[in-house]
Amino acid sequence: MSTPLRREGLDKLTGRERYVDDLDLAGCLWGMTVRSPAARGRIREVRFGDGVDWSEFVVVDFRDIPGPNEIRLIELDQPVLAADRVRHIHEPVVLVAHSSRTMCRRAIEQIEIVVDPEPAVFDFRVEPRAEQVQHDSDNVLSRISINKGDIEAALARADHVVEGVYETGAQEHVYLETQGMAAWLDGDVVVIQGSMQCPFYVLNALMHALGRDASGVRVVQSSTGGGFGGKEDFPSNLAIHTALLALKAGRAVKMIYDRAEDMAATTKRHPSRVRHRTGVMSDGRLVAQDIEVLLDAGAYATLSSVVLSRGIIHAGGPYACDNVRICVRAVLTNSVPFGAFRGFGAPQTQFALERHMDVIAQRLGLDPVEIRRRNLICDGQSTATGQVINDGTDRVALLDLAVAESKFVEKKAAHVSFHAGSAYCRRGLGLATFMHGGGFTGSGEDTLKAKLHVGGCRDGSIEVLSAITEIGQGTKTIFASIVAERLGVDASVVTIATPDTARVPNSCPTVASRSAMVVGRLLERACDDLRARLGLTPEDRGERVQEAIREWHVLHPGEALLGKAEYERPPNIAWDEKTYRGDAYGAFAWGTYVAEVEVDLRTCACRVLSFHAVQEVGRVLNRTLATGQIQGGVVQAIGWALMEDCVWEQGAMKNTQFTNYIIPTTLDVPPISVTFLETPYAFGGGGAKGLGELPMDGPAPAILNAVADAVGIEPVSIPLTPEQLLELLSHDDAT
Amino acid sequence: MPTTLGEALSVLEELKGDAVPIAGGTDLMVSWPERFIEHERTYLDLSGLDELRAHRWTEDALEIGALTTFWDIVRDPQAAREMPILVDAARTVGAVQIQSRGTWAGNIANASPAADGVLSMMALDAVVELAGAEGVEEVHLDELYLGYKQMRKRADQLITRVRIPRRTLEFQSFVKVGSRRAQAITKIGLAITRSDAGWRVVASSMAPTVKRCCAIERMLDDRVPVDGPGGFAAAIGSDVSPIDDIRTTAVYRESVMARVLFHELARVCPWICAGGDSV
Repeated sequence: MSTPLRREGLDKLTGRERYVDDLDLAGCLWGMTVRSPAARGRIREVRFGDGVDWSEFVVVDFRDIPGPNEIRLIELDQPVLAADRVRHIHEPVVLVAHSSRTMCRRAIEQIEIVVDPEPAVFDFRVEPRAEQVQHDSDNVLSRISINKGDIEAALARADHVVEGVYETGAQEHVYLETQGMAAWLDGDVVVIQGSMQCPFYVLNALMHALGRDASGVRVVQSSTGGGFGGKEDFPSNLAIHTALLALKAGRAVKMIYDRAEDMAATTKRHPSRVRHRTGVMSDGRLVAQDIEVLLDAGAYATLSSVVLSRGIIHAGGPYACDNVRICVRAVLTNSVPFGAFRGFGAPQTQFALERHMDVIAQRLGLDPVEIRRRNLICDGQSTATGQVINDGTDRVALLDLAVAESKFVEKKAAHVSFHAGSAYCRRGLGLATFMHGGGFTGSGEDTLKAKLHVGGCRDGSIEVLSAITEIGQGTKTIFASIVAERLGVDASVVTIATPDTARVPNSCPTVASRSAMVVGRLLERACDDLRARLGLTPEDRGERVQEAIREWHVLHPGEALLGKAEYERPPNIAWDEKTYRGDAYGAFAWGTYVAEVEVDLRTCACRVLSFHAVQEVGRVLNRTLATGQIQGGVVQAIGWALMEDCVWEQGAMKNTQFTNYIIPTTLDVPPISVTFLETPYAFGGGGAKGLGELPMDGPAPAILNAVADAVGIEPVSIPLTPEQLLELLSHDDAT
Repeated sequence: MPTTLGEALSVLEELKGDAVPIAGGTDLMVSWPERFIEHERTYLDLSGLDELRAHRWTEDALEIGALTTFWDIVRDPQAAREMPILVDAARTVGAVQIQSRGTWAGNIANASPAADGVLSMMALDAVVELAGAEGVEEVHLDELYLGYKQMRKRADQLITRVRIPRRTLEFQSFVKVGSRRAQAITKIGLAITRSDAGWRVVASSMAPTVKRCCAIERMLDDRVPVDGPGGFAAAIGSDVSPIDDIRTTAVYRESVMARVLFHELARVCPWICAGGDSV
């Protein structure tokens, strides 16, 4: 397949792309949010200050919500606007709108939310006291377990049992474009246009809270400047807020968060604590994995239960182990709710596992490469859920390729001589082997049954109608390529419809690394359906297809020509939601990443010197885009591993500026070498497996393993900031 | 908008110091939309004062004008040869866009304890020229600051020039420890020079102001032997007073300052060398 340029690339490069903040809406008002000052309590009063002429403002509170005061997602626990209770600082309580943004900013400072505080809980690792319990008897929002084999017997007969506890911190998405929505009325229809990943999530949430059916609401995605999961669930909240203001004002309203508000009030990656107790034989073979995972869900359930689900399935990693027990829980705290973020639970659990593998190797005196080589799943062996892997990928060869490409052995030797000549720099190498399942977990795809249409237009051009959103990953380019390849036409005759719930079918959300793999496959089948409707055979390609489309329209004036497809489960896939046994994903992508770091012992700063990312992702559909996805994910994970430290006070993030929430700059990022192995996946679009989230999983453990190698300590939590490392080194070394 | 210094000073006097002088605006404009209270203040735009733009080398000093930007110094090869710690400091302020607008005088006037430009200028014994309706006065940069964001400069005075003496410098070093390798606010900053006037050691982000470390300077002038970072602990304790803040901790600041000092000085001072563990 050719590698065409990114379709929206030039507009983004030249600044012509128009985001929601750029939309010209005549006479629109600006909406802003008044938020809870308290982490938990009862709202006693909302005071409006005297210094403001409130008649100039549109003011909305919970009483203005036409439907139930609930944000429809998995649970219905989160209110649209707090009515009598708040569960976290920054929880929205009142909305105001005005034609002047500055007037709005002044006004919201004159509204005081008076809260009678109640005992809040902030540390998810500590059992709540009775007065802190806010859900069931223990604040546990969700729990799952996996059992394979006989864990206790296996631990009893293991040569060694190695234990460890690992922790990861929250992470802010830092999409370039902050959250933003516009709403207006078109006749009786509420129209929403804004930055989002999942138009139908937004549609469903609006229908619920506004008490309207689908004919009364329309959702259109605007050009979206990045999402990373941060625009999976949260846009529903903001869309409802904007719609409420527009309904009350009878005018168009925009709500655009500034960076500080976006960082303070929107979701982040779930913090985690993972315990490992591993039975291992002296030769390094794993015989028992006993794993306990705890996630901080924050104040509302959002997507925590499904984050937990992906987390548990990846917790055992790409290793063949006959006896596995994994227990996972997500607990409520009075922090800002945590939500979807690239990787979705898998980076947390695989960070713990891959650090732990190095700890085991260290205890047993084994080479970190060798212990992985001895345990990687071979075709015919099974994962923790009992999913038998048979995809033709040689994971040991992948590991060996990464070791060779990164010159692992040669660099180790070079480090010895480097240390002899350096007063305060220490270098180290680390690796991680990992996997990432593509598409929804378990029976998700089967239950939701995504749909997609391919339209044949009168002029012979082809239009893809899907709800999949372009959020920087290159979906428009990929989809055009898939159509071009399937129908033999030039990609330039393929257009991608704007995701607009009034026009496109529900292809389900743009999440879970599913766009190319799952929806791309629907696109191929819809192309086949289109061709069949035209009475053509698969041998008919290119101009013959376009000619047939034009002829069809001559014979069917005024009608729409649509090729359609709906999700069908690939054969031989079975999943049992009750026991968590079976085929958790249609396909896994596999990776081995190698990091080389340098630690400056004066400042305790860790710098990644080189990075090698080797992965098997099915067929690569566009090498430039795929390489960019991997490199971007590695950079995001370098930030998570070493820098991005959410500073909390009463469950609210304090460092909500780019001067104090530190993400990597280009100078903090090494050259990132990307290598693909390709084993086409028969049920993925163009043979692709999921790719977008994979690179979030491997870098953090590889980097920490490299730091451990460099300075001879065992770091167990991220972010490993210089301050953290200084503390570890001071404890480790009394001199 | 004033086009001469005289006009600017009379405006300042007329407004009794209520006007805020603005040059590059790289500090004043941060988070501007959200700082709406400050929209109502009066700003005195200095950008028309061409007479204060250029920097120049006189026989015995480098004179930096009130509107001289960081980038002006970065581009001057003479500065790189004679006073490389000015260039090093300028290079670490924000990104190139900020460096090309931000001014050295503004860096002084903002009075941040983390100011990178002030750090190097103070280690070079810079003298600040303050002009007001009552005339011109000169203040040594290391005597300008009185406390956090407190200065000897009155609100009706403008910084018109900074004079840095040209001396033979046997050693000069600028070290900025930030939270990343670019675009970072300093967690610990150190500028060290040695000339016939003696040692100068200046620290930033370690006290309420950028501060000369006189106890450390005395140790160096007296060639007090030091065999590891811990040897500086007492002097650091008397010179600076670091705090925990959103960027780092007091413990980190003290400990890293000692290590950086030790390793920078061990390169040039034979009486400072590792005895046993060097970190």
